[in-house]
Amino acid sequence: MKKLGLLTVVVCGVLLLLKTAEFADWGDPNSPASRHLSPYFLENSIKDSAVPNVVTAVLADYRGFDTMFETTVILAAGLACFFILRVRKTEKPKSTYYRHVPTATTLRIIEGAVLPEQSKVFKRIDSVWVPFDLILATTCKAIIPFIQIFALYVIAHGHHSPGGGFQGGVVLGASIILMAISRNLGAAIAHLKEKTTVLMAMIGVFIYAGTGAFAALAGKNFLDYSTLATVLGVDEIMARSHGILIVETGVAIAVMAVMVWIYYNLSSAGKQDEGL
Amino acid sequence: MGEILDFIIAKSNYWSYVVLMMIGLYAMISRQNYVRKIIGMSIFQTAVILFYVSTAVKEKAVIPIIAHGHGEEANAAIEASQYINPLPHVLMLTAIVVGVATLGVALSLAIRVYQKYGTLEENEINDMIREQ
Repeated sequence: MKKLGLLTVVVCGVLLLLKTAEFADWGDPNSPASRHLSPYFLENSIKDSAVPNVVTAVLADYRGFDTMFETTVILAAGLACFFILRVRKTEKPKSTYYRHVPTATTLRIIEGAVLPEQSKVFKRIDSVWVPFDLILATTCKAIIPFIQIFALYVIAHGHHSPGGGFQGGVVLGASIILMAISRNLGAAIAHLKEKTTVLMAMIGVFIYAGTGAFAALAGKNFLDYSTLATVLGVDEIMARSHGILIVETGVAIAVMAVMVWIYYNLSSAGKQDEGL
Repeated sequence: MGEILDFIIAKSNYWSYVVLMMIGLYAMISRQNYVRKIIGMSIFQTAVILFYVSTAVKEKAVIPIIAHGHGEEANAAIEASQYINPLPHVLMLTAIVVGVATLGVALSLAIRVYQKYGTLEENEINDMIREQ
């Protein structure tokens, strides 16, 4: 099997390598990919939507349908992970672990037993990962807010610099995942519940599709943001620019929520009590 | 010999993507472990993404953000050859995020397979299915 696989791979590779002779050279300005649509996008992006970052303009305006359904695909992937993995009723674990924070002692509470006092000094920890790294937890606690601020900047500044909904959403999701990794899954779920992530994923897609549907209801084409001009009180070109920001926000919310949701399900194999 | 070398150097970017793609394909075909197959799929996907992005490059061009694209100077004429092609970047931007999400689906399927059969080795799972 391995020899047959190697043969297949080598034959495929040689065929592809021979075919590269017909491809455009590196950095050729007249390559077929750069001749047809992209000059139009580059020359008209400012005129049409006042967005200097052409990638954002193409992403959310010229190719709005594509991006909307990509967001739907991400939502579908999150739903797929949920339905494949999520366990509805988890049996209670035999024993749970707590840390007494002032003395850094680990307590194992067996089934039926209760803690002497339910206060803030006892923190639930994972049975699979008992050690506690103070430096790691404190560092992550300190940098997570800055990561989130930076993510919001990436989302909001997508019109003028590299960035936008997808990138900002992933950074935002990564900050929550970092919290889950640096402490434990329960800490992240306490901040952002699974229900909230599901709701946010739906809301994100709804914002995008709803903006399109609003344009359609107002009598123009689906996803034609110039219909927002009367609502926002700006001219049609600026309305497209603002419309792009609205849908990018929707994309960011959906992407962030789905990334966190998938991580919750994957890291705990659907049980969502304790994970990595 | 010189001609072949020139040909390789002129298309070296495509050659590296083909090599990367074939590494991914070989991992998908030859490995028995499902997680390794998934890693191979990711490498394959990376090769496709790099290929797309490399088609956007133009000589002596900058990233597709219009310089001085705000305010008074925004109406200046724009030469398309000054900026690299934005279209492959848009396509790959969404493809990367969708790739991560679908990787999550693949891994969750692997977790389910492990929960059912207790192993991720393809040949062992095939034996178990035949015995049933």
